[in-house]
Amino acid sequence: MSILGTRVVRTEDPRLLTVGGSYVDDLRAPELTDAARVTFVRSPIAHALITGIDVSAAREAAGVVAVLTAADLDDLPPPPPDSGLTGTEGLPLPLGGPWAEPLFAVDRVRFVGEPVAIVITDDRYQGEDAAELVSVDYDPLPAVVGFDAAIAGESLLFPAAASNVAVTSGGPADAAAFDGCDVVVQRTIVNQRLAPVPLEGRAVAARWADGRLTVWVSTQNAQISRFIMAGAFGLDPDAIRVVAPDVGGGFGAKVGIDRDALIVAWAAKHIGRALRWAETRSENLVGMTHGRAQQHVIKIGGTREGRILAYRLDVVQDTGAYPRMGGFLPFLTNLMALGPYDIGHVEAAYRVVVTNTTPISAYRGAGRPEATAAIERAVDLFAAEIGMDPAQVRRINLIPPDKFPYSSPCGAVYDTGDYVAALDKVLAGAGYAELRAEQARRRERGDVLQLGIGLASYVEITAADANGGETARLDVHPDGTVTVYTGSSAHGQGHHTAWAMLVEAELGIEMAKVTVVHGDTDLIPMGVGTYASRSLQLGGVAVQRAAVDVKEQARQIAADMLEASEADLELDPERGLWQVRGDPATSKTWAEVAAHAGEAGLTAAVNYTEGQPTFPFGTHLALTEVDTETGKVRLLRHVTVDDAGTVLNPVLAEGQRHGGIAQGVAQALLEEMVYDTEGNPITGTLVDYAFITAAELPSFELLASETPATINPLGAKGIGEAGTIGATPATQNSVIDAVSHLGVRHIDMPATPPRVWAAISEARESR
Amino acid sequence: MIPAQFSYQRASSVDEALELAASGGEDAKFLAGGHSLLPLMKMRLAVPEILIDIGRLSDLSYVRDDGSHIAVGALTSHDDVARCTLLADELPLLAHAAAQVGDPQVRHRGTIGGSLAHADPAADLPAVAVALDATLVTRGPSGSREIAAGDFFLGLFETVLEPGELLTEIRIPKPEASGWSFQKFTKRAIDWAIVGVAVQGGSVALVNMGQTPVRASAVERALASGAGPREAAAHAAEGADPSDDLNGSRAYREHLARVLVARALEESLSRS
Amino acid sequence: MKVTVTVNGSEVAAEVADRTLLVHFLRDVAGLTATNVGCDTSSCGACTVLLDGRSVKSCTVLAAQADGRDVVTVEGLASGPDEMHPVQRAFRAEHGLQCGFCTPGMVMATVSLLAENPSPTEDEVRSALEGNLCRCTGYHNIVRAVLAAAGDGKTAAQ
Repeated sequence: MSILGTRVVRTEDPRLLTVGGSYVDDLRAPELTDAARVTFVRSPIAHALITGIDVSAAREAAGVVAVLTAADLDDLPPPPPDSGLTGTEGLPLPLGGPWAEPLFAVDRVRFVGEPVAIVITDDRYQGEDAAELVSVDYDPLPAVVGFDAAIAGESLLFPAAASNVAVTSGGPADAAAFDGCDVVVQRTIVNQRLAPVPLEGRAVAARWADGRLTVWVSTQNAQISRFIMAGAFGLDPDAIRVVAPDVGGGFGAKVGIDRDALIVAWAAKHIGRALRWAETRSENLVGMTHGRAQQHVIKIGGTREGRILAYRLDVVQDTGAYPRMGGFLPFLTNLMALGPYDIGHVEAAYRVVVTNTTPISAYRGAGRPEATAAIERAVDLFAAEIGMDPAQVRRINLIPPDKFPYSSPCGAVYDTGDYVAALDKVLAGAGYAELRAEQARRRERGDVLQLGIGLASYVEITAADANGGETARLDVHPDGTVTVYTGSSAHGQGHHTAWAMLVEAELGIEMAKVTVVHGDTDLIPMGVGTYASRSLQLGGVAVQRAAVDVKEQARQIAADMLEASEADLELDPERGLWQVRGDPATSKTWAEVAAHAGEAGLTAAVNYTEGQPTFPFGTHLALTEVDTETGKVRLLRHVTVDDAGTVLNPVLAEGQRHGGIAQGVAQALLEEMVYDTEGNPITGTLVDYAFITAAELPSFELLASETPATINPLGAKGIGEAGTIGATPATQNSVIDAVSHLGVRHIDMPATPPRVWAAISEARESR
Repeated sequence: MIPAQFSYQRASSVDEALELAASGGEDAKFLAGGHSLLPLMKMRLAVPEILIDIGRLSDLSYVRDDGSHIAVGALTSHDDVARCTLLADELPLLAHAAAQVGDPQVRHRGTIGGSLAHADPAADLPAVAVALDATLVTRGPSGSREIAAGDFFLGLFETVLEPGELLTEIRIPKPEASGWSFQKFTKRAIDWAIVGVAVQGGSVALVNMGQTPVRASAVERALASGAGPREAAAHAAEGADPSDDLNGSRAYREHLARVLVARALEESLSRS
Repeated sequence: MKVTVTVNGSEVAAEVADRTLLVHFLRDVAGLTATNVGCDTSSCGACTVLLDGRSVKSCTVLAAQADGRDVVTVEGLASGPDEMHPVQRAFRAEHGLQCGFCTPGMVMATVSLLAENPSPTEDEVRSALEGNLCRCTGYHNIVRAVLAAAGDGKTAAQ
């Protein structure tokens, strides 16, 4: 029986549990023994002109090796010329031209936390002391904070751009679109700004020696980082080695290599000394990119019988001070605007605006949770308006199984799915009817603690850049062991276990003999890495393809060794032995075959690309209890179906779902990165930024469902982001459902106690 | 993040601690568990030049039955207070509240005296001390003092302690009325209270409803004149001066105080 | 000042700056890098170690405060490379870790919890871990691992 689909515990864990991982700050490589520490001097003001920087006192402080500012950036190639592209979707990102982002701030700062200078010291304690001595003169400018202020444009971040709107897409509303509807509901809602907060923040170490730059960086994409640096520093990519050691979580915020890490890598070359920087959490909360930060205007209309006829989504994406990936995220939101529904008329549009806040980039889901949150709120608002059970409204409108592949008017082609089955499975698993009955009893009694039942049905897109592909190389060594070199990048997902399972399944070589290597561009120069839930369906398939290739080579070699025809040879998958069909006595081991392979060795390299993405789907149900006197919400149960095709290892897939659910619940109930009107972050530590803890969560109820993808041989879709996509709106809908009988129709996220209480009070007053 | 430089001195007795403090003057701070002071120092919001570590004065870590009252040494950790069977029997309000402070790691290090002397209005134990009519015993350059908890707190992070004066013991009279309740309202379990309520018999004090722990005198008067819980609780915000911040507006805190006082009084009644 | 700490059973002595935090003493002086720093505010628990047998956040303890005392880090739990501590075993069996950054602190918080409460309920486990943040697991499998380790410990004690 194949190991695929079975519950295999991770090979990564014994090391992580007994001696700990080797994250960048832990590296004790000889090349880094003399590494000096980098401490950043960051802007404390959201928007200002820099009128002077005095580093003289800092240069005199104990242990200071160097203090560097924009004035020292004289050895870099000129920035790329203006691409000439403005205001259309699908732009290369980040935007150049008037929107260009420097390394150090030059004459203007645009967000609190923007790098102004670095102090390099022998140790980290000296760095914090010396950084306090760097004196920067700022001439404050009016800060742009929030969607409305950005659009109003009274203060501009980039005067040369003449506007704070960096990108626009989509046409004006079709006035006739909602004509045939009995009921139309429109609402403006906010999908708030979140901080990704991987437990390991950003970290980088760099060394320039013998004409080569070696950079150890906490990244999801070593290979992409290498090309970014080659461009930024004017170096041949071959002169750069990037190593991603253990990475303590990414969640999209460690895609590629960011500005601050580039500064450290540049500085190591500039001063000719190895450097290391591991940010503090206070830096992380303002310096690492944030996620979400969209405002939605949702408009939905349909019949009183529950049929949705038209939907429009208008997105404003706050992309923070510089249009990095935030300029692209609403493209995905619009692409997935329709959700899992069969709606005749759908429109979506977006604008991307800059504000004096931390730049926005990917965060677990990256544009898709926002799309799901918008339509799932819209469906519930519609259900409330026509007085129909929200489960029933979903069942009426979900795309039926016989319509796949389904071409969405938003441009996506949903591959496979049974959306109604996912809904029904969750309703049955949760005991929906009994929950509604209990809710009714509590309402009848007027209990202080009211019950909320929230649903979210979703479809999402994974491996959206499937044609970017992924690489794998597989070597079978003469001792019978295997090394897999993958372009995919692990930071907690369990790649090493999963790839070894694929090898065992294909070659019959036990997992213990398989070593997986990732994240070193000297060993794996080409690859893409990990984001967009792409690893298994691209990187995993690449490993499998390489194994198949190696198997065919081995068949030839074994046939030669056994003097039999290739067609008569078979691999005994249980024992990992090559034999002439029906004659086990003649068998050859993998070691023997590999030893016979000659100089070239037994090896295969694959760059696997796929022509189209996959579309996982599911339904989440969140059961909450709301204290109607205080507004406090408690999540009691969370029941989900997350169908991501054929599951390779349920242990890993469930782990991905768990983590995503918690992050989704956190967005719905607790977390928000808040700025005051001056652009000062007021949730700048983990005391104020309400990262969800074990005490706020129940155990989750995961139901299994596997509808295989048909485009790849593993039948796999991505599972990394389903949790946030489904859990966020399910939980938000649940809170609102709990108090809907009091007249509440909407509560923006996070549904904190004061916000829920205010909604209840407002509804009571207006009655 | 790392504290600015300071000189570390370790006291091996209360007398030595007082001597070190006297010679250190305004630049010196006592360090007990360090869970209030060190976080501020790491943020460089506090930059004492001298830290006098009193953490080894194990003779200040005790809970003792002194007949009419219970004496708790200032260096008793929150965890020891929370697990003390004598306190569970005699002063369950204190034991229960101590178990709500921070998280287990914080409770292992943080001390009752440190929490009171730090005087954070969002901290749990100052209001508990007020509700229990505790007396705070200090030693300083000018001798020993006994200060009523209600007189101890002056403002945000501000007490009547003089420079070089050390809180050594918390003396709590055994309550006459047995009912008690502690209501701590937070966004997350780990958070500081948005509002908290400590009730012992007819004594009611509030957490985070002003710059100091607030005695809910109007509630106490209403109770004394025979009002029921809900009726008395309507007066909960009278005289309070809560802040308006990320975790709640002033009006929300006033509302919470009324709701939580009502719940506390009902729970207290059910225990009496 | 001179600081001497018994770390995982061995004495580690060094002259360090007075302001040295215990976590940096462990990482930079003792060379034990499993204990991580995840925040500045004693919020995340990644730096949790045992000090005289009880869990503490080593980013909020001065090395000087640990002078002459006993510290155990996750490196000191297993009795050998193949002999993981029951809590470590349970974390692996239940997939209670993903990226591994919070794991050493989470494991040490668990060891301390189970020493104080050998048979916790799920709610007690969740409360006891409120000072240890994890972004990967949603805590689901961590809680299962702690409960499993408690069961394992009970079995072992019988």
